[in-house]
Amino acid sequence: MNELLKSMSPVGDAAGEDLSFHPPDVPLAIHDLTVAYHRKPVLWDVDLDIPEGKLVGIVGPNGAGKSTLIKACLDLVPKTSGEVGIYGKPYKNQRHLVGYVPQRESVDWDFPVSALDVVAMGTYRRLGWFRRVGKKEREAAMAALEQVGIGHLAHRQISQLSGGQQQRVFLARALAQDAKIYFMDEPFAAVDAATEEAIVKLLRSLNEQGKTCLVVHHDLATVSRYFDWLVLLNMRVVASGPTSELFTPENLEKTYGGQLSLLNDAAKALSHATR
Amino acid sequence: MRRVRTELWLRRWLVGIVVCLGCLAAGSPANAADFDRQQSLALTGVEWPAPEEVWEVVALKNYNTRLVVLSTALLGVAAGLVGSFLLLRKRSLMGDALSHATLPGIGIAFAIGASLGGTGKSLPLLLAGATVSGVIGVLVMLAIRNSTRLRDDVAMGLVLSVFFGIGVAILGMVQTMPQASAAGLESFIYGKTASMVKSDFFFIASVAAVSALIAVVFFKEFTLLCFDDDYAASQGWPAFGLDLLLLGLVTAVTVIGLQAVGLILVIAFLITPPTAARFWTERLPKMMGISAFIGALSGWLGASLSALLPRLPAGAVIVLVAASLFVISMFFAPARGVIGRWLRHRRLRKKVNRQHLLRAAYELLEARTRQNGNGKREMPIINVPFSRADLQSKRTWSPRELARIVRSEIAMGHLEDAGEGRLRLSEEGFGEAARITRNHRLWEVYLVKHADIAPSHVDRDADMVEHILEADLVRRLEEELRDRDAWIPSPHLIQ
Repeated sequence: MNELLKSMSPVGDAAGEDLSFHPPDVPLAIHDLTVAYHRKPVLWDVDLDIPEGKLVGIVGPNGAGKSTLIKACLDLVPKTSGEVGIYGKPYKNQRHLVGYVPQRESVDWDFPVSALDVVAMGTYRRLGWFRRVGKKEREAAMAALEQVGIGHLAHRQISQLSGGQQQRVFLARALAQDAKIYFMDEPFAAVDAATEEAIVKLLRSLNEQGKTCLVVHHDLATVSRYFDWLVLLNMRVVASGPTSELFTPENLEKTYGGQLSLLNDAAKALSHATR
Repeated sequence: MRRVRTELWLRRWLVGIVVCLGCLAAGSPANAADFDRQQSLALTGVEWPAPEEVWEVVALKNYNTRLVVLSTALLGVAAGLVGSFLLLRKRSLMGDALSHATLPGIGIAFAIGASLGGTGKSLPLLLAGATVSGVIGVLVMLAIRNSTRLRDDVAMGLVLSVFFGIGVAILGMVQTMPQASAAGLESFIYGKTASMVKSDFFFIASVAAVSALIAVVFFKEFTLLCFDDDYAASQGWPAFGLDLLLLGLVTAVTVIGLQAVGLILVIAFLITPPTAARFWTERLPKMMGISAFIGALSGWLGASLSALLPRLPAGAVIVLVAASLFVISMFFAPARGVIGRWLRHRRLRKKVNRQHLLRAAYELLEARTRQNGNGKREMPIINVPFSRADLQSKRTWSPRELARIVRSEIAMGHLEDAGEGRLRLSEEGFGEAARITRNHRLWEVYLVKHADIAPSHVDRDADMVEHILEADLVRRLEEELRDRDAWIPSPHLIQ
């Protein structure tokens, strides 16, 4: 039984195999990643290297595979091909380095737990099997809640929080993980101005601590203000690089060009050919 | 979204109640003559057990009842704990399919036992058969779901009805087996608090205790799984393994509940206690405690009752007791109960009405002062009497409504009678009115300038939340207003 539990341990094996082509100082290196649901490919041959300490915006139209990219990095959807390296190793060896903020709608907020309970879930992996949340974990969770500015709501049941506050609870949970690289799935979706401000402040402070944040983002108007690195995604990586170089009308046209985009046409032709 | 869920639950409940009533009807005397006799007996009170008899059962004086009642109560604890996670995982229907899928296994296990020379009615053997076919049912369901694009509910419906049908057919066939009498197997469908041998009791009690224990030991892991399975998986928890474990616990509780509650209603025994408990609390550990208590209580009372009324199927009695506890919780639980919600809503409405009234009075005074001061803004507001008609013109109150609000404000000391049918704000009322009005306007400005909410929505939002604003935020807004020198007059200021 103990052996079995150890083999399923969430703490993971720190040794693990090295991915030779992924240098250990690169927080996220994606090589040749393809993901398909049923027979429909969602991501095609994604190659990506994200330098350390960047605020990265992942931008693209609906259905471009932005969430799928994050989920594939976190082993939440099966990869059809390709590999993902987090600081040079597969994700399963690097869980302690990664914080995850899922989309807010992915859970039922009528669940009978308080904001603090949810944030404390960020410490579960460190706790391991069966150990209960103690004083230390509660303090860490409280600190994370304070950091996103809703410490005073710690003991509220989560359905009694506004959408923006719920989003901040999710961010705080990732903070409680104390990671080096954060994946955030649309944290700015449908939040109030105060929350947007709080999230931006949080991103900046994570950036100052040298952490890397990958943020799926929808609002083109704010992209250049919030992020210093961009990944333009439309089933494949259209472009990746510093915001100042990438945020051009031509690139946006390529990403968002809809049916007229060359990229889309090529993709369609290819999918016909493979069928 | 919540409404959809409530409706779903309501529907499930209605179905449950209909089934219970149906079972009661099915358990009623078989022929009309019998029915007449029983009814007349019931009317004269002879059919009902004597008080001593009731006491004997409830207080567990009789050895056999003690075994039955205790095992059902323990089963209730396990069902309450495991059911909490089943409910929160939103897999209740899967539990239902599972319990229906146990029937073929019972029939087959009996046939095997009988052909091996026994009576075939060994409880562990029958329950082992039930487990196997229940698990096969779930596997088939998962296979249907994963290999086709059919939705979950279709897969569950298919498994539920097909397996149950097969089970009924198999039971029909084993009835004709010459070696052994299969009579009594149907009691697994509706449940029966039959006499129980000691080994059966230990078997059921230990399985219940172990299931309950596992549910408690894995509390943290199951909570994470039920709340956010993707996050759990991303953190390296074996979400699928935990799901299997939970399903295993549900199977265990279902199987040991077959005899007492019956396979049709055992899902109600799993789902009703946690649903009822949810009304009492917003915290999971408390909810599970209450759920276990409700499960135990309904097991205890239900098993005792059905021992007293042997004509009724035990499952129906137990589930009806649980359902009564559910109804009580639904109405009377202070945290989320219907009455509590209604009271809170009424209190909020009253508060909003009162604030409207005070603000209307303040704005009247403000307009009057301004008129007298030729529109100079810095004039201090003077508290003068006003008529009810003035107030009436400020909002869409019916005269009766207005009279009621005025009465309650007079009782609170905010308004005074100024004679000649006129009203005046008291000292305290004036301060309160000024505070509310100021708060309201700050909030309005906040909404208009700050949060991009359409101005047409402003008034309603402002009125609902002005009392929720925190002092800190109010201070910040004030500063902001002063900085910008942008005092916006209220949209419904006096013309």
